[in-house]
Amino acid sequence: MDAEAHELIAGYALDALEPGDRARAKELLARSEEARAELRALTETTAALATGAAGPSPRPELRERILESARAERQTVVPLAPRRRSRFVPVLGAAAAAAAVAAVALGVWGASVSSDLDESRAALAQARAAAMVLSAPDARSVGLAEGDGRLVVAGGDAVLVLDSLDSAPSGKTYEVWVLDGETPVRAGLFPGGATPDVVPVDRTVTPGSRVLVTLEPAGGVDVPTTSPIVASEPV
Amino acid sequence: MSETALRSTASVGQNRRVVQDRLTHLSDEALVALVARGDEAALGELYDRVGRVAFGIALRILRDDRLAEDAVQEAFLGVWRSAATYRAERAKASTWILTLVHRRAVDIVRREERRRAEPLAPDDSAGATAAAGSAEDEAWLGFERARLLQALAALPDAQREALELAYYGGYSQAELAERLGVPLGTIKSRMFAGLARLRELLDETESERAWTPRLTS
Repeated sequence: MDAEAHELIAGYALDALEPGDRARAKELLARSEEARAELRALTETTAALATGAAGPSPRPELRERILESARAERQTVVPLAPRRRSRFVPVLGAAAAAAAVAAVALGVWGASVSSDLDESRAALAQARAAAMVLSAPDARSVGLAEGDGRLVVAGGDAVLVLDSLDSAPSGKTYEVWVLDGETPVRAGLFPGGATPDVVPVDRTVTPGSRVLVTLEPAGGVDVPTTSPIVASEPV
Repeated sequence: MSETALRSTASVGQNRRVVQDRLTHLSDEALVALVARGDEAALGELYDRVGRVAFGIALRILRDDRLAEDAVQEAFLGVWRSAATYRAERAKASTWILTLVHRRAVDIVRREERRRAEPLAPDDSAGATAAAGSAEDEAWLGFERARLLQALAALPDAQREALELAYYGGYSQAELAERLGVPLGTIKSRMFAGLARLRELLDETESERAWTPRLTS
């Protein structure tokens, strides 16, 4: 790593970056194991700085507030709770259920050291959208002609569940498409690398359409530039 | 208080003791794994272990009890939501939690545009007045604080200033450059050099720390 990269990671560990630099730091972290290792080490150092701030103890009420809010949160994600799993297992089959359980983790996408709460929330919202589809009573699985995983469809909504897609290389992103007829329509971006990747399709899928995934330049494109890595059977 | 009430209070206390005994021998990382499975008591135990330092850093940045409580609460809710994504190989669990708390506090301080007061150096008197936690916890925290303050004191002034204003003040690099009247590039390199040096200094004293009893398995 060059000096600039070191500085970027240090600023990131201290939460001191402006939004532009922060995005660059994340990009660097996404592609460089060396950068991630450096962040690991520096975060232990910033955690040591936290002990230096020790002041008065929090009021005892704070503990109860936290546990109460956790309980309240649990109620809002009941459809995802493992104990309800049995309800949709017969509908979707074990594989889709496993995906739904992965979706429970959902906060997952955001939630490493290198993410912030707002992103966790966005990921959670997306996760909930995925869970709605995965747990819908009319959900059904559509196989993939290309790629490993399945497409779960409920009404016009769909979620791709991909078993093993490596993280998109630096400067690239995966882009989802709905192909209805001749022209693919953009249906969202995702970074890949989760196992499984649970990716809500951002467009309505109509009977007979297919869902595709291609690797594209970061930010996505309007027309696919590469051949599909993932292609579903017709919905 | 009636005898019945007394008995029931005692029994509640006893139940809680049982729950805690189940958890106290677990590592922080094991507790996070339980939290990922929806175990509220494990979340409570994590709070008991990290909450004090978490509140300390949030209060230091926000300088307002209510906002600091909000930051800690939101961060622990983040732990609750995303415990399943925590990876022990990325960071110690306590580090992960403190990172969430710090991030949240910085978000709030920037949003509120609170005027951050001086001085921002660690306050030596705080440890003496704080009362809570077991004697063991206090001893550990006191030791860690002393180790940190010693390491900070060994940094060049400009590097220490950059680290303290960023970490305890919640200032971004651009804000600091403006405030200190130095080029942005200088701030960036001071932060990196300071943090890297602090890490070395802390590593050097790590061996001295080996004798302290581990509070978690």
